Amino acid sequence: MSAPEPDSPGTNAFDPSAPDAVAAAERGLLEVRGLVKRFGGVTAVNALDMTVRAGDIHALIGPNGSGKTTTLNVISGLYRADGGSVGFGGTDLVRLPAHRIAARGIARTFQNIRLFGELSVLENVMIGRHVRTSAGFLGALLPGGATAREERATREFALEMLRFVGLEHAAPHAARSLPYGDQRRVEIARALASEPRLLLLDEPAAGMNPAETDALVELLRAIRARGTTLLLIEHDMNLVMAISDRLTVLNFGQHIAEGPPAEVAHHPAVIEAYLGGTLDAA
Amino acid sequence: MNRRALGLGVLVAALALVPSFVHSDYLLNLCDLAGIYAIAVMGLGILLGFAGQMSLAQAAFFGIGAYTSAWFTTHLGWPVWPSMALAVVLSALVGLGVGYPCLRLSGHYLALATIGFGIITQLVLINWKDVTNGSDGISGIPAPVLGPWTLESYGSYYYLVLAAVLVAAYVAWRIKTTRVGRALEAIRENELAARATGIDATRYKIVAFVLSGAYAGLAGSLLAHSIKFVSPDSYSFDQSVVFLVMLILGGSSSIGGAILGAVLLTFLPEVLRPLKNSYIMVYGAAVVAMVIFMPKGLMGLIETLRARLGRSHPGPPLAAAGAAGTSAAAAAGGTSVATGIDPA
Repeated sequence: MSAPEPDSPGTNAFDPSAPDAVAAAERGLLEVRGLVKRFGGVTAVNALDMTVRAGDIHALIGPNGSGKTTTLNVISGLYRADGGSVGFGGTDLVRLPAHRIAARGIARTFQNIRLFGELSVLENVMIGRHVRTSAGFLGALLPGGATAREERATREFALEMLRFVGLEHAAPHAARSLPYGDQRRVEIARALASEPRLLLLDEPAAGMNPAETDALVELLRAIRARGTTLLLIEHDMNLVMAISDRLTVLNFGQHIAEGPPAEVAHHPAVIEAYLGGTLDAA
Repeated sequence: MNRRALGLGVLVAALALVPSFVHSDYLLNLCDLAGIYAIAVMGLGILLGFAGQMSLAQAAFFGIGAYTSAWFTTHLGWPVWPSMALAVVLSALVGLGVGYPCLRLSGHYLALATIGFGIITQLVLINWKDVTNGSDGISGIPAPVLGPWTLESYGSYYYLVLAAVLVAAYVAWRIKTTRVGRALEAIRENELAARATGIDATRYKIVAFVLSGAYAGLAGSLLAHSIKFVSPDSYSFDQSVVFLVMLILGGSSSIGGAILGAVLLTFLPEVLRPLKNSYIMVYGAAVVAMVIFMPKGLMGLIETLRARLGRSHPGPPLAAAGAAGTSAAAAAGGTSVATGIDPA
């Protein structure tokens, strides 16, 4: 595993007071244990275990309907788990509402892009800064002072995130007016604005052409270099194999394999799940 | 930016001069009403326009504000200003009480729940005779006194309403262009994404309900001290629908649009009055036509025209919309007064 940047938010994942920092690292930034999610009679996620190590790019793969997106939705608090735990930086997220999970340092993007379409690109990213800012109603009433400073800082940070994803020029435009690939980048910029320790990406390359996908790979690596851990769902196996440090393979809501790509690709259960094809051929 | 501030200043000055040129009590009363409605509609704009939460109970909060002012001044002999402040606080608290249980609802169900609340409120106003004096209403509400002046005439009251509109618009604009407003708009645009972005949607929706109630309460109190009389008819479901139409017509997420819609729909029935019986038909048709041909309201139309004239600038659109909206609304208000009602 590659070491995170020393001053990065990702390194905060470990409790510095822990008696054994190495053991903490082994435990991982995100620890999913026995996670269960049912919809009526259907068990979408069934006793799932998954460990995402700090500083990794971790891919969650599996056939359609295997429970990947459901898992992401439970981790980010949009669904309430029916059992199990999601450990993150020493706390269990399972009972927390989505906005508290976001405040703890987990940001995400959506498979079907969910931007604030009528708002400008800049505002979208400024909203991403919500958990890192505090101005309330009373602060808003008075011009100047702390609120004005915070507002300026928010704007600047949002612009920096837009520069980071290469969309500074799009800042004043309505988010919905952007091309699809750019909208995905705005979503990533919005997520990064909260300076997350863990970024969840649900099929970030979906609908992208090869050039856009290449650019995305560069972007994801740059995000990891900032110290953010990434957990992504992705169908594009070339992309997964190229950038993942580790994979978790799901089938029928259950973990069937976890490890480095080369190892997982030859795992019999994985080959079975992908109907006899090896992963690198998929 | 400076040009816009200058334009806004000129318009406010022009509006301040209205009582010097308009001497008809009838017209001045309409101007007061337009301003009062504008405040209630801005409140609805915070709830529906910013946060995307439908409410058909704005007239109920309007009524709570009006009756609070009426009761405390006439029964308890309170001075006007504290009664007015209490009207705002009480309406805000009722907003909290209504907002909280309604948060589990959204869309049509929320709309239905607010209709229910509006109807209950009106029934209370009609039937709680000890306090509200039933259908007869409460009369003899005093005018506010400001130092040596009693704001008794429609002309002097106009300045109070104008000041209140300006403060209300300023507050709404500050909310819209800072963190709270962005959170509200995020909820409107995509609640799921807003929650995943760390916005406590429940809390912010309550904030929107409270603010919306406070605005309506202020407006109701201003109405009570303007016409010196309250009765349940003024706070009916119909009035809530009128507020909604004013907002949608003006442009729901724009502050200027809320003011513009309120002004237009206050004066339009008066302009159409010579049509007698067929007036309500023409009024209805006019509203339908405006909604069809201006799906984004009057502010949307103004933005489009500005863009066509090549005067759109690439700056962040929101701050621009707020300030420009206010001035445009003020301009339209002025125009209505100057031209629309001349024959009267």
